[in-house]
Amino acid sequence: MSPRLPAPPIPDQLKSAPQRAGEGDGKKSALDHGVEAGVSAVDWIDERTSLSGGLRWMMFRKVPKGTNWFYTLGSATMFAFLSQAVTGVFLAMYYTPSATQAYESTRYITNEAFLGEFVRGMHKWGSTVMVILIFVHMGRTFFFGAYKYPRELNWVIGVVLLVLTMTMSFTGYLLPFDQRSYWATIVGVNINGTGPIVGPYLSDFLRAGPEFGATTLSRFYAIHMLLVPGAIAALMGAHLYLVARLGTTAPPWIKAETSDELATDEV
Amino acid sequence: MPDRHEKTKSPYTADRDYPGAFEGETVTRRRLVTGGGQALGVIAAASFALPALGFALGPVFERGKATWEAVGSPDDFIAESYIPKVITTTRRVGEVGKTTVYMRKHEPSVDGELKDSYDEYVAISTRCMHLGCPVRYIEASQRFVCPCHGGVYDFTGRVVGGPPVRPLDRFYTRVRAGLVEVGPRYSVNSELKRYSPRDPGEPLDGIGPYLYPPRFSTPELPS
Repeated sequence: MSPRLPAPPIPDQLKSAPQRAGEGDGKKSALDHGVEAGVSAVDWIDERTSLSGGLRWMMFRKVPKGTNWFYTLGSATMFAFLSQAVTGVFLAMYYTPSATQAYESTRYITNEAFLGEFVRGMHKWGSTVMVILIFVHMGRTFFFGAYKYPRELNWVIGVVLLVLTMTMSFTGYLLPFDQRSYWATIVGVNINGTGPIVGPYLSDFLRAGPEFGATTLSRFYAIHMLLVPGAIAALMGAHLYLVARLGTTAPPWIKAETSDELATDEV
Repeated sequence: MPDRHEKTKSPYTADRDYPGAFEGETVTRRRLVTGGGQALGVIAAASFALPALGFALGPVFERGKATWEAVGSPDDFIAESYIPKVITTTRRVGEVGKTTVYMRKHEPSVDGELKDSYDEYVAISTRCMHLGCPVRYIEASQRFVCPCHGGVYDFTGRVVGGPPVRPLDRFYTRVRAGLVEVGPRYSVNSELKRYSPRDPGEPLDGIGPYLYPPRFSTPELPS
């Protein structure tokens, strides 16, 4: 038999009691066979990948006393991103990133495609939800002092993720290609252009030329659905790895417990 | 203090007792193969990364061609007020590539002397110099007004109120075969001195032209 990793810390109440001697008729029910098949299938994969160790390392971590709902904001942001990724993939099935067809394809999604209005609404409003959540998550990290040693690098990664999220908002805003999108992008690109020295070249890069042209939309589309989501997913992995590696911080109002003996000694 | 160089190993692999070392050999075969393998990896990565990067950055360095578009006969324009005309600044994008220009005849009492032959007609761009929204000309007040953030310009396009950082851009104009033609865009500072076209929000007074240098994508100016 292969060596087994220690079982996750499941509370006693949730564990099923082992069958006692003399109970049952010794025959396995269909349910038992089913459970056994599932267990052996999972074992088959685990024996070849050792995934359970990593999963246990990620999922069954010790968390400090005082951990509360504020600690779920990071996961909430991640699920907002996943929702954007899934709805975005399906919107891409109908959307055409061309200056002459983008508006028409968006109109088709909204007015004619089955559930199109719903999926587009999820994507549109979900983007706002993600931006709000990422800022609240950042605020939580700041006010709880969770950016301090040894978690500075995770703060830096988080800031990059924030910038990438804003890039997503900016590039996604153009895609419906209505009057609001068009003029908002003109204004946004010109704000980029006010950066000294590099600004004018950055504007040319974003527009793919001196004027808003035929390739500006496809450029924004590629940045929006290929470049930045990949970077966000990769950095999110690094962000989560560091959270699991370093653990979470206790809230600032939780004081470390010291024995009276030690306290008097120190005084 | 002992001489540090005493402990330095000989650069020759033969002196360091490598099995099979050649006479005069300084780099071991293992190091050579490792380094060569890494170099090949860098070359392979660069061979797709650099062209892709160049592909994305290309438009920044691509120089467009100056285009001229006829907008009407000289009789269409007067010196006292602006006539709106629509020109195409970008091709292949439909209505998006079109823009309005406000045009009038050059008036020495307002504009001073003719700078050159491209100055006989004044063509004012509707692009607001705050952040690029479209301005419109209000005849009653003889002002250009921007709807976005309240930029206001006078009859010559100079800023009289709001956030814009420089007067409205202009276009070169010329008369060919009895028709007035509108050419490439240019920017002006508060004294209406010509500069190569800059994006909105980039001042051209003082150190402005140095903070916001001309771009490579500017079409060649008519000489």
